[in-house]
Amino acid sequence: MVQRIKTFISGNAPLLTTIVIFIIVYIIGGQLYPSMQKPQVFFNLFINNASLLIISIGLTTVILTKGIDLSVAGVIAMISAASAALLKAGWSAGVVIPLMLLIGIAFGFIMGCIIHYLKVEPFIVTLMGLFFARGMAYIITLSSLTITNDTYRYLALTKLHIPFFKSAYLYIPSLIGPILLLVTFYLLKYTRFGRTVYAIGNNEQSACLMGLPVARTKIIVYSYGGLCSAIGGIVFSISLLSGYGGYAPGMELDAIASVVIGGTLLSGGVGNVIGTLFGVLINGTIVSILQFNGTLSSWWTRIGVGLLTLIFIGIQSLFYMRKKHS
Amino acid sequence: MVENNQEIIKMEKIYKSFPGVQALENVDFCLKQGEIHALVGENGAGKSTLIKVMTGVERHDSGHIFFEGEEITIRSPQHAQIVGISTVYQEVNLCDYLTVAENLLLGREPHNHFGIDWKAMNERAKHILADLGIHIDVTRPLGYFSTAIQQITAIARALEITSAKVLILDEPTSSLDIHETEQIFRVMKKLKNDGVGIIFITHFIDQIYEISDQITILRNGKLVGSYETNNLPRLSLISKMIGRNLSDYDDMKATKLETAKNIDKEPFFVANSLGLQDAITPFDLTLHAGEVVGFAGLLGSGRTEIARLLFGIDQPDQGTVTFDHTKIKEFSPIASIERGVGLCPEDRKREGIAGDLTIRENIILAIQARMGWFKYISLQKQYELANHYIKLLNISTPSPDQPVKNLSGGNQQKVILARWLATNPRLLILDEPTRGIDVGAKAEIQKLVLLLAEEGKSIIFISSELEEVLRTSHRIVVLRDKKKIIEFTEEVSEQKIMQSIAGGD
Repeated sequence: MVQRIKTFISGNAPLLTTIVIFIIVYIIGGQLYPSMQKPQVFFNLFINNASLLIISIGLTTVILTKGIDLSVAGVIAMISAASAALLKAGWSAGVVIPLMLLIGIAFGFIMGCIIHYLKVEPFIVTLMGLFFARGMAYIITLSSLTITNDTYRYLALTKLHIPFFKSAYLYIPSLIGPILLLVTFYLLKYTRFGRTVYAIGNNEQSACLMGLPVARTKIIVYSYGGLCSAIGGIVFSISLLSGYGGYAPGMELDAIASVVIGGTLLSGGVGNVIGTLFGVLINGTIVSILQFNGTLSSWWTRIGVGLLTLIFIGIQSLFYMRKKHS
Repeated sequence: MVENNQEIIKMEKIYKSFPGVQALENVDFCLKQGEIHALVGENGAGKSTLIKVMTGVERHDSGHIFFEGEEITIRSPQHAQIVGISTVYQEVNLCDYLTVAENLLLGREPHNHFGIDWKAMNERAKHILADLGIHIDVTRPLGYFSTAIQQITAIARALEITSAKVLILDEPTSSLDIHETEQIFRVMKKLKNDGVGIIFITHFIDQIYEISDQITILRNGKLVGSYETNNLPRLSLISKMIGRNLSDYDDMKATKLETAKNIDKEPFFVANSLGLQDAITPFDLTLHAGEVVGFAGLLGSGRTEIARLLFGIDQPDQGTVTFDHTKIKEFSPIASIERGVGLCPEDRKREGIAGDLTIRENIILAIQARMGWFKYISLQKQYELANHYIKLLNISTPSPDQPVKNLSGGNQQKVILARWLATNPRLLILDEPTRGIDVGAKAEIQKLVLLLAEEGKSIIFISSELEEVLRTSHRIVVLRDKKKIIEFTEEVSEQKIMQSIAGGD
């Protein structure tokens, strides 16, 4: 038993570190600002970071294959603008949402095909994807479009009360991230698709020689990333009840930072979506602390996250260097 | 169940040429069930080309391949695997971060109604490895284990996933210690008893005699012969691998004797019990100006390791070197270049040549490094240098502005030589300078080496071809198993050198 616990700890060290850091950061916040100790503050992390969590999950699978997807925030803006415009034109939410999801999948699919078949660096392809998506959002609408659709309003404003926590609540869209998290966790751990993702990230050539379906898996991964971005966009437009090309500026970088803080290696093959959840939560907690402080510039968030990411990458390098040596 | 002595794979009259080189010429090869078949030959002998043809990486120009009696065409490596021919390379092509179990079974992992059944997968992997006599925790990442275990995992995967009938092991033991080699051998013997045909490529003579049943020898793309291991004494094996052609030997002998007169009495370079653990056993070596010292020994005997040590790529962990009566403190390529030492590495494509740069740019690289990167050499001077050496070394090219990758192997080698000559070195280490180039170019380079010695340079000449070492060297150092065995200063017979290379009996 002790042996098993030891193996578990050594096998999951980066993930456990992330969780510990989250707890430490949260406790520090609670000590500094006692009102942060309210349960609702914790649930707000899920409300405020719903989109970030969703795109970070998609991004984790992409990064696990040693790829990158910079287009995620651009897709959020594009999806929010497109859905706002269509809803304004009188389309029903039941048509708009599936259509947006399809657009997201198609977007990722095309990027995946370019990356795999034309052998272009994912960085370049998805950077172009970012430009395209954000540009497209501004072409749809130059100013913010308000959404008045009833379904959207219902989804945005219905509070779900949490049992056992008095007066604590979540909104419906905040549940999508955690659900997606479980689905992705299952896919990565218990399907051949998921293990192939890890194998590709380890060594694409080896994966190929092992007879694994590399092309198919890579393209599915980018399509899945696109799908997550589209879901993120829908959740974003629901929570703000509007669509605009300038939404979620730079969020792709927050997402990358969250994935890295969560213990996923940018060099691929190692990582976990559960870690990504805690990466997002750490990011959100730092924002909350600054909000509770009220006097500090919100840019301190970026500095804090930046430092944390740096520390994390340092710890990971040390960890893997030591492992290589032993 | 297993009918032994059944032929699994048979290749007849295989021809394969690459631009400028006849890589395989009329080669026959036959592998039987339950046989461990050593495929031997020095660099450029055609071993890897033969394997590539067998595994569908390359298509042969002519000849026939039969698999279990039926003629087949192997279209691709994937096709070879489907047919039942699997290769395990020295560099294991698996995933370090995935667990051993996954590496073994991914692609055919057991499922339950929920998804991948990890428990069943680990059980099965454990079972498969236990069958091969390996008992390890299969839930750990593969990268955690030794190379031997990784290779056995790769072998197990080949057998499990593709049910291989022919297993090609390409230098599996070259980076393993004795204990690990034993592990691999035990697995090989087990598979042999199960009727798998194993092609074993290695340059360790001892290992060939320890495990193989049959030996096929290639030299210069031609089949020397196929022999039962028990009927082939070590000495004849060595002589068949590196034996000489009698032709054009004598004309150089005169030149050699002539140049021998100019050798300095005093050595300028003295190495005292210089060594590096796991690379080379401590050795003594003296070098004199105007002398060519040949290193003879098989691939992996420690030739290249010494070259790397002398040039400062690897730092020795014991011993001393005095250069012009001064003890050397710093071992690094830059320090060596400053002292006037140059190295033409064995693998010129990877380590020596900057293929996309032009001849001129390649030639001035070392001289630039020696002068410091900020000192500019005028373009006119660069062209002067380039043209000088193109003429001197007879490099065939339309202009000094040709990218080096467009040249033939022999000419590329000359460009590297020119690069070092431009720095006017005192000691030049040539590691396999004639590898993979045609006969004419070989002779030219050999003559050049003697010419350089005559100018007072000291040269270390490393080659797999004994005849070549004999022809060009004033003194011969023999290496075996990462150890300097003996030094011949007198004129010595090929027979005697071969004996010391072979060792053993």
